[in-house]
Amino acid sequence: MSGADLDPHGDVHGDVSVDRLALADELAGTAADGSTAVASADAAEYALRLGDDALVLAQQLGMWIARAPELEEDVALGNIALDLIGHARSLLHYAGTASGRSEDDLAYWRNEPEFRNAWLFEQPNGDFAHTIARQLAASVYLYELYSRLVDSTDPTLSAIAAKSVKEVDYHRDHATQWVLRLAGGTEESRRRMLLAIIDTWPYVDELFVDDALVERLAAAGIAVLPSTLRPAFDAVIDEVFAEAVLERPTGRTAFIASGGGRHGSHTEHLGPLLAEMQVLARAHPGASW
Amino acid sequence: MVTAAMAQRAGASVASVARPVPSDPAAARAWVVAATVTDPEIPVLTIEDLGVLRSVEIGDDGAVRVQLTPTYSGCPALDAMRDDVLLALTHAGYDDVRVDLVLAPAWTTDWMSDAGKEKLRTYGIQAPSGNAAARPAGPVRVQLAVKCPRCDSLNTRELARFGSTSCKALYECRDCLEPFDYFKVL
Repeated sequence: MSGADLDPHGDVHGDVSVDRLALADELAGTAADGSTAVASADAAEYALRLGDDALVLAQQLGMWIARAPELEEDVALGNIALDLIGHARSLLHYAGTASGRSEDDLAYWRNEPEFRNAWLFEQPNGDFAHTIARQLAASVYLYELYSRLVDSTDPTLSAIAAKSVKEVDYHRDHATQWVLRLAGGTEESRRRMLLAIIDTWPYVDELFVDDALVERLAAAGIAVLPSTLRPAFDAVIDEVFAEAVLERPTGRTAFIASGGGRHGSHTEHLGPLLAEMQVLARAHPGASW
Repeated sequence: MVTAAMAQRAGASVASVARPVPSDPAAARAWVVAATVTDPEIPVLTIEDLGVLRSVEIGDDGAVRVQLTPTYSGCPALDAMRDDVLLALTHAGYDDVRVDLVLAPAWTTDWMSDAGKEKLRTYGIQAPSGNAAARPAGPVRVQLAVKCPRCDSLNTRELARFGSTSCKALYECRDCLEPFDYFKVL
């Protein structure tokens, strides 16, 4: 398929679409991940899951800018969001090579049921402790995932993982420090941290659920089987929680364990998030910024 | 336990890939042109100082192909650097230029040149004080003190792990009382 002929979404965009030359160039492999490879249908679906996780979390974190408890935290959460957008761009670009869609097509022109992120990432910011609890679970999970995905037999996924893991290491450190600070801070900060962990942890199990897609991909050495990441994830969390004198919730999370995000079922929080994220692109189709 | 990530980091730190100036004289001339491009946010540093310039090749038809690697995944400076490389080479008379971005091997601060680190310090930003390949996974409990680029005091403290850009942390000197940026080890 040649890049210039691609525009399966002409009907969605109306008669205004992204610049065809720019799109052809991007799909030829000069986008953020630098790959010229075209993803298989399975690898594209997997990249979409990972890309959506990063994109949705980045959007949530961006909402903290100018609202965080201190100026430095505006900057930190903004920078973490920027790293995640970088990861999402690479992953969505790669996912799009399978269907002739650009990373912007995938970010701005899909509706809720087409998003493949896990529920954890779309959970609301809550108070600062809720954001930090979500951030701890997310960054520890992403760190374990990317450090294993470095060995993927898919060179594009391996390169994205090798790049991302170094950045996620800093995100994990940031979340850990805040958990320690809030849990060991005032009575009120500790109370809120405890509550945030109780509220957040039901969404953790979904991250480690295997299904037919990841089993096929893992058998080919392309994906990491999510269930195999759980022991390492729990070990790191237990270490942080031991230091913060917190307990990891167990046993009460089965009702959300299967989630549904990977198959396009979402909680009520994704819709408003997408509305805000996509409004500009949809109001001005084809605009570049 | 040696994890894949640690092995990857160790692999990425090989000194021989830090400044891959081409041996072919024609490509080396194009490299020198591309290497004049500076970071838009830290204008004292060239993309060669940073280790962002990864390769320059000239095909049989005279087409120049340049590879750059992002410092951080979301760094907005990369697009500007890419345009600037294209402009610099076009102005130097090369008409067929293509600039590609590569992620592998992942960029590391270990590729920053010593000259670049010195320029950075003179500019008021402390250079990375540590080796990325030797950085252990997980929290760093004790780390090297970061020196104040103004007064060389080691009596400094971190104000924020994430500074004005992803690559920098914000520090404060307790002797001269000035805040300063520190380029983090990656």
